[in-house]
Amino acid sequence: MNIFALIGRAVLSLLAAIGRLAIFTGRALAAMVSPPVYGRLFLQQVMRIGYFSLPVVGLTAFFTGGVLALQIYLGGNRYGAESIVPQIVVLGITRELGPVIAGLMVAGRVAAAIAAEIGTMKVTEQIDALTTLATNPVKYLVVPRILAAVVTMPILTAVGDSIGVFGGYIVATQNLGFTSATYLKNTVDFATNSDISSGLIKAAVFGFIIALMGCYNGFHSRGGAQGVGAATTTAVVSSCILILAADFVLTALLFHS
Amino acid sequence: MTPKIELRGVKKRFGPKVVLDGIDLVIEPGSSLVVIGGSGTGKSVMIKSVLGIIRPDEGTILVDGEDVTHINGAARDRVMRKFGMLFQGAALFDSLPVWENVAFGLIQGRGMARKAARDIAIQKLAKVGLTEDVAFLSPAELSGGMQKRVGLARAIAADPEIIFFDEPTTGLDPIMADVINELIVSTVKDVGATTLSITHDMASARKISDRIAMLYGGRIIWTGPTAQIDQSGNSYVDQFIHGRAEGPIKMAVKA
Repeated sequence: MNIFALIGRAVLSLLAAIGRLAIFTGRALAAMVSPPVYGRLFLQQVMRIGYFSLPVVGLTAFFTGGVLALQIYLGGNRYGAESIVPQIVVLGITRELGPVIAGLMVAGRVAAAIAAEIGTMKVTEQIDALTTLATNPVKYLVVPRILAAVVTMPILTAVGDSIGVFGGYIVATQNLGFTSATYLKNTVDFATNSDISSGLIKAAVFGFIIALMGCYNGFHSRGGAQGVGAATTTAVVSSCILILAADFVLTALLFHS
Repeated sequence: MTPKIELRGVKKRFGPKVVLDGIDLVIEPGSSLVVIGGSGTGKSVMIKSVLGIIRPDEGTILVDGEDVTHINGAARDRVMRKFGMLFQGAALFDSLPVWENVAFGLIQGRGMARKAARDIAIQKLAKVGLTEDVAFLSPAELSGGMQKRVGLARAIAADPEIIFFDEPTTGLDPIMADVINELIVSTVKDVGATTLSITHDMASARKISDRIAMLYGGRIIWTGPTAQIDQSGNSYVDQFIHGRAEGPIKMAVKA
């Protein structure tokens, strides 16, 4: 086959996918600002997306904080800068690792679950059934999930930040010879409000990405079990890539000055 | 009299495949029309076009004389309140108990209080021969026939003016299929609805319809009273209703 035709087909296919995602996002945003509001479904999703993600986010944040303390200590040791451990841990966790690790963990857990659930509803005609029951599927299925993810991701990240810093504190005070008072004082003195708030803003954006990609891939799944499986994989992979890309853009925007 | 549903020159293609090639169909108020046709002839696409789930490429769809081909949002929701539908696989929401499936359109579509909607759901379940204890089961705990009955209860829950049946007897044993057919006839009579069904089960088609139309090659090739289908004089219809391999309809079978 002609190589130019192949490239052309790939480009057209990519543009069509971007167009479909943009239209879907527009429909979801429009549905958010018009009644009815499904409060019960929103609270249900807050539990599923937020509350049930706490263990995985907490555990990964704890180990990340601990590893960060160890690595900074070992690296700083080369320049006699071991004392900087609390400052770098709190900065690294709040600005970067807290939201990104929470985002990636929630993407793996939640984007997959959303895509599988909505994808199954799609292939078993449950989404068509919603339409015949005078219920807008985007409003009923997508809006509660996106709102819940946007609201709970900053909370999850705040909890993850605290646990991550605690992980660093445990390692530093138990293994690296820091005193508890020194570690806590350096942490509190060094961290600024903008360090914390920038991480929480990132988390809200990551929440939007996770729920959107889960819903979009679920809505566009085709065929049977294989189609739902493919939608689930694509939802997780695309969420992770978009989270890392958005992290770069947001970091550049938030800390440009 | 204004037709309840009218399709004028409806066309739909998916890529190079033409599925509907100018459908013209009129359904009078209170009538029960069954559209027959082989698998993949576009029966489901036609029904989904009327419901706004699929957007036709050309043509006009009228419901009670109102052009609904391109309506969206609140206008679409208003029109959809006239409809009930029984899906081929029942399409029950597996995250909700049976009663909430039946009451879904009342609670979400019409804003009815949950308690009142549950009472109506239990009444409708009784109409399709299901007891109150079934109302609190999950759809996954039901047999195929029971799921169809719940789907039927959901379709009639809001006393719709129009009910669509998509392959209502597919996947059921002959006795359960006849039970479903009987329920369709009795409940539709009860509600006084206009119905459009699609099926390739001729026993079902004869039982639940007063008119039959045949879809072939993207067009309606014959329409008439159910009693006259055996004297249609159309070789395509004859081949289909007698289930003969020989005839003008050639199945695409790869050697």
